[in-house]
Amino acid sequence: MSTYTTEEPTQVTDAAVSTSTRLSSLDTLESEAIHIIREVVAEFERPALLFSGGKDSVVMLHLATKAFWPGKVPFPVLHVDTGHNFPEVIDFRDRTVERLGLKLVVGSVQEFIDRGELAERADGTRNPLQTVPLLDAIQRNKFDAVFGGGRRDEDKARAKERILSLRDEFGQWDPRNQRPELWNLYNGRHTVGQHVRAFPISNWTELDIWRYIERENIELPSLYYAHQREVFARDGMWRAVGEVSQPLPHEEVITKTVRYRTVGDMSCTGAVESDAYTVADVVVEVAASTLTERGATRADDRISEAAMEDRKKDGYF
Amino acid sequence: MSTETALIESGLRESTLFRFATAGSVDDGKSTLVGRLLHDSKAILADQLDAVARTSADRGFGGDKGGIDLALLTDGLRAEREQGITIDVAYRYFATDRRSFILADCPGHVQYTKNTVTGASTADAVVVLIDARKGVLEQTRRHLSVLQLLRVAHVIVAVNKIDLVDFSEDVFRAIEADVQQVARDLGIGADGISDVLVVPVSALDGDNVVDRSVRTPWYSGPALLEVLETLPAADELESHLESFRFPVQLVIRPQGALAPDAVAGGLDAEAYRDYRAYAGQITEGSVKVGDQVTVLSPGHEPRNTTVTGIDFAGRELEEAAAPQSVAIRLAEEIDIARGDTIAAAGTVADSTADLYASLCWLSPKPLREGAKVLVKHGTRTVQALVRNVSGKLDLGTFNVEEASTLELNDIGHAQLRLAAPLPVENYQRHRRTGAFLVIDPLDGNTLAAGLVKDHPGDHEEERYVI
Repeated sequence: MSTYTTEEPTQVTDAAVSTSTRLSSLDTLESEAIHIIREVVAEFERPALLFSGGKDSVVMLHLATKAFWPGKVPFPVLHVDTGHNFPEVIDFRDRTVERLGLKLVVGSVQEFIDRGELAERADGTRNPLQTVPLLDAIQRNKFDAVFGGGRRDEDKARAKERILSLRDEFGQWDPRNQRPELWNLYNGRHTVGQHVRAFPISNWTELDIWRYIERENIELPSLYYAHQREVFARDGMWRAVGEVSQPLPHEEVITKTVRYRTVGDMSCTGAVESDAYTVADVVVEVAASTLTERGATRADDRISEAAMEDRKKDGYF
Repeated sequence: MSTETALIESGLRESTLFRFATAGSVDDGKSTLVGRLLHDSKAILADQLDAVARTSADRGFGGDKGGIDLALLTDGLRAEREQGITIDVAYRYFATDRRSFILADCPGHVQYTKNTVTGASTADAVVVLIDARKGVLEQTRRHLSVLQLLRVAHVIVAVNKIDLVDFSEDVFRAIEADVQQVARDLGIGADGISDVLVVPVSALDGDNVVDRSVRTPWYSGPALLEVLETLPAADELESHLESFRFPVQLVIRPQGALAPDAVAGGLDAEAYRDYRAYAGQITEGSVKVGDQVTVLSPGHEPRNTTVTGIDFAGRELEEAAAPQSVAIRLAEEIDIARGDTIAAAGTVADSTADLYASLCWLSPKPLREGAKVLVKHGTRTVQALVRNVSGKLDLGTFNVEEASTLELNDIGHAQLRLAAPLPVENYQRHRRTGAFLVIDPLDGNTLAAGLVKDHPGDHEEERYVI
């Protein structure tokens, strides 16, 4: 069994090409990502992988296991814990780390708030607060390369970011001063204090991620699939009722069949109404979706048109 | 078929990947063309379209018609809007039922060489825009010249704003003839690998962008998107070459540190105790189990051995081809490390420490003779000395001028002496093993894109531009 997908010739003018075997787009993206992961591991001293239990980071970890098979994944995973987690996601994170024999490093937003080094925001959202614990964990552990599951189709700031993105001592991204990225030659040279963010799945779309999850039979936290949940409407999204996400008096709580398209801070991540109970259902739903995943589910990205750009410049993922 | 059904099918079918870039200035309607491709291929989702419609209305676009400014779909960062500039290449994604596309949207007006070189280095095709009212300009010649140098497999010239010349066949044919003349001057198409196609389009109205237009009855060729859907990707072309090339990224040798999930899944730990394989991405050609290969390592004579296995995450493959990432097992226990190259036996020349190359200079810091730089080639980085700069290309006339320095956006010849020999090959024949980066050892920044040339007198490659 080879990894080729053979397409039958569809028309005569295709004959010259169709005699060949072509890689599917997923196979091509997978090989590209594995090449990047191996380059970073070969060229950096202390890489780590950002792992939130979200689908993109789960796919990243899956690609890493394939890149080094039959060996172990040769780097730790780093989770920036907002303290506003969905319990099933933390449970999934811990089981995954255990299954793969990985070291888990946690940067805790709550600890920074408790120590008075970060202030809770008026809107209660903690996604933007992740930057400080992230940079702290990178410095304390001397990570020189940090893998992220960022994709260029997510946002226009991400659309301009390099696959290897250099960050200065403050973790800042400077969009005007990026290295040109040529062929498949990645330049990860950096000076002391600088580090590199590596985005091996930059070229994947949300649909690619889901088709890959389906093809590779990858397990995800259960909240990515349709389930019954107590929710209330806020900012045009369905918010889950939870410890850190309480309805205001005028917000009516109802039980709906929902799923999550992204997983983040529980206080700003919205659910979508969905009856996609299986991965195959989700692939169909995503293919037919008329909203972007961030537009549909992230209150923090609705704050302004340049929300992601601003956070990235400050050192965000 | 309803839109929804088409989209669902496009998501479910196994498509192939195609990378292309656009080149042209704002005035040529490039942003509108990109917006049109994204819009008409349904890659723009409702929330994005709403945002663009609001901004279009705010800016009074389309007047009473309430049209939307498609160019806004590719509007960039706030930093760019505030300064009215485009910082650099933006990547966009869309899919049809045949293909997934990665579009490198390269700004044309500033630093066009830097951006075009960057976008074209990974592109299977580049779409060059020409304003039908203006025809072939010096900028068009510059773009085509860079694309020839970078050996982009397919060049598509979109003659835009064909509506503004009343869909005139005469205007189109004249431009088409000019383009083909420039291509012949440059040698595009002469090697049988690259080709040039010319398509009349109106990005604003959508003629011949996604669907064939009834307003150009004299044009019997395909619409732009049809072209993009059917051209073979560079990897498809290069996977057929006889010259298998595999730069080793790292050695996989778990020595007992096996992946717990693999062991739990039934991997025989005892059998994998001495597992040793060489991981990398095939850059060219294909390889089969049983093939004779040559291992090129610095400080060693080329060594011959046999491929005994091709592994991909627990699956044993009989055969693999560019651009697959795999791990290769070899018959002999020989010392192989990152930076070595595994190649089809009998197809490689010796490594060399004398590098003749074209350099596309991408840094504001100029190149001077005698400079010490780093050269990154495949999976190796070595020190190098710039022995001389022997000329600079005038992209408008294709002539080589005297030069002893290269500045930002210049393309020139140089000779470098490497601290250790590298298995470089001519870029015109081997796009991956002929490419390298020039890196500043002080701050690590990328200074230039390097394209390997033959040593003077080795081959008759001098008919190429540079």
